[in-house]
Amino acid sequence: MSQLPTHTVDKPKGRGKKIFNRVLILVILAAIYVWAFAGIEEFEIKETAGQISKAIFDGIIHPDWAFVNEEEGLIFGLIDTLAISILGTFISAILTIPFGFWAASRRDKSGFFVTGLGRFVLSFIRVFPEVVLAIIFIKAVGPGSFAGVLALGLHSIGMLGKLFAEEVEAIDHGPREALIATGANRIQVLVYSVLPQVLPGFISYTLYRFELNVRGASILGIIGAGGIGAPLIFALTSRNWPRVGVILLGIIVLVSAIDLISGYLRKKIV
Amino acid sequence: MSQPPKKTIPKPPTRIKHYLTAAIVLVLLALSYIQTGSSFMDLITNRDQMASLVIDMFPPDWAYFEKIIEPMLETIRMAVIGTTFGAIISVPVILLCANNVNRIPWISYPARFILNLIRTVPELLLAAIFVAIFGLGMIPGIFALTIFSVGIIAKLTYESVEGIDKGPMEAMTAVGANKVQWITFAIIPQAAAYFVSYVLYTFEVNIRAAAILGLVGAGGIGLYYDSNLGFLNYPRVNTLIIATLAVVLIIDFVSNKLREKLL
Repeated sequence: MSQLPTHTVDKPKGRGKKIFNRVLILVILAAIYVWAFAGIEEFEIKETAGQISKAIFDGIIHPDWAFVNEEEGLIFGLIDTLAISILGTFISAILTIPFGFWAASRRDKSGFFVTGLGRFVLSFIRVFPEVVLAIIFIKAVGPGSFAGVLALGLHSIGMLGKLFAEEVEAIDHGPREALIATGANRIQVLVYSVLPQVLPGFISYTLYRFELNVRGASILGIIGAGGIGAPLIFALTSRNWPRVGVILLGIIVLVSAIDLISGYLRKKIV
Repeated sequence: MSQPPKKTIPKPPTRIKHYLTAAIVLVLLALSYIQTGSSFMDLITNRDQMASLVIDMFPPDWAYFEKIIEPMLETIRMAVIGTTFGAIISVPVILLCANNVNRIPWISYPARFILNLIRTVPELLLAAIFVAIFGLGMIPGIFALTIFSVGIIAKLTYESVEGIDKGPMEAMTAVGANKVQWITFAIIPQAAAYFVSYVLYTFEVNIRAAAILGLVGAGGIGLYYDSNLGFLNYPRVNTLIIATLAVVLIIDFVSNKLREKLL
């Protein structure tokens, strides 16, 4: 009887390098974590932590319902928050349109001045947190909701611009070329071929940004830029937990409602 | 003889809906304008003040850089640790929420509901609550970022998990794998790249968030923004802005490169 043939399987090539890469990644990660945890301050739970947690929990379970209808109370604060985010989002959407076209890469004339600089300006705007912008606008126009509107309006350009630019990059060039072939001028090309293609995307992203801005507007009051944040920070510093509870509930309800409505509209548009 | 078909031009679609939408948007904008007491005239009349604010910021106070290196590093540490804990906690949450892993609707739907509730609370608010519990410092910041990260990572990943290929899952069931083997060999290999990519993305978001948590006393560079703006020390504010810009841009760049390699 003949022997069974023996097969040897070659070891896959490049394995050594792969293992080396993995070890390298692990070493780098380990170094980052050692560094991060070494710098942490000593963690001691204060005796009061338990009591305070219980008080907060109690406050959230038994909210201060009287605050809802008070003058300058919960309803007023939430409406103010909503108004700040609506106006801020609208301003940023309008201001973003030129940025979107500026930062989009084009087949014919992409370069530093058309695409690169636009992208850099957008990431530059994105870096400023809305709260820091709000502090700066408060210096300029005084404390109040208007400073919040301006802060959201400027901050949102950073993210919206990036999304708008991606939308512009994805358009179909057929209609544009067809219009140019029929002798349309630049404005006609823009109105009849580009805008109809990018508008649904623009509106959808604007609604998405609106959802984020409602969250943003609910904290702007912490530094005095209007909305529900101001009564919230007063309640937090005076340890009025039932009031914190009712405001927290109000924010959760408002944000969830806006997410639902905006999500529904976005599904219909795209 | 049959009648020739009538040639009528179809009516253009009604535009009432568009007009109504436009009207509603305009009314909302007008109401918002009144409610917020906005006045663009203010902006124009105060333009000198804004210009002087910007002029005051130059030149930046370069000597101040040395002093803010430590809080800047603290900000990065908070983001690293918060993102990590958030990622660890996200794993069971993802498995509970994805409806192709957890087939029991009365567990997966409440789990998603709780996840959505978490996502509605802004991170600064979480930080303010944790500051009340643990006192000032990095710890409340880390707690706030952890919870905030779970909201982002778990939401994005469970949606990706629901889109993975069913084949390996059915194959593992067919060969009689238990639940742990099923998850290890059918789910994790497909979901790992998404998960790591979303963790990196969350890290980028957390760096920005960590930079402002100091405003409510939760550690990091935010505290310095607050005090310098309070003392109207604008050259220092400018230094802070430049430092934050540099850190955020570097981390975004590295993280983007890594994510491109992953997916």
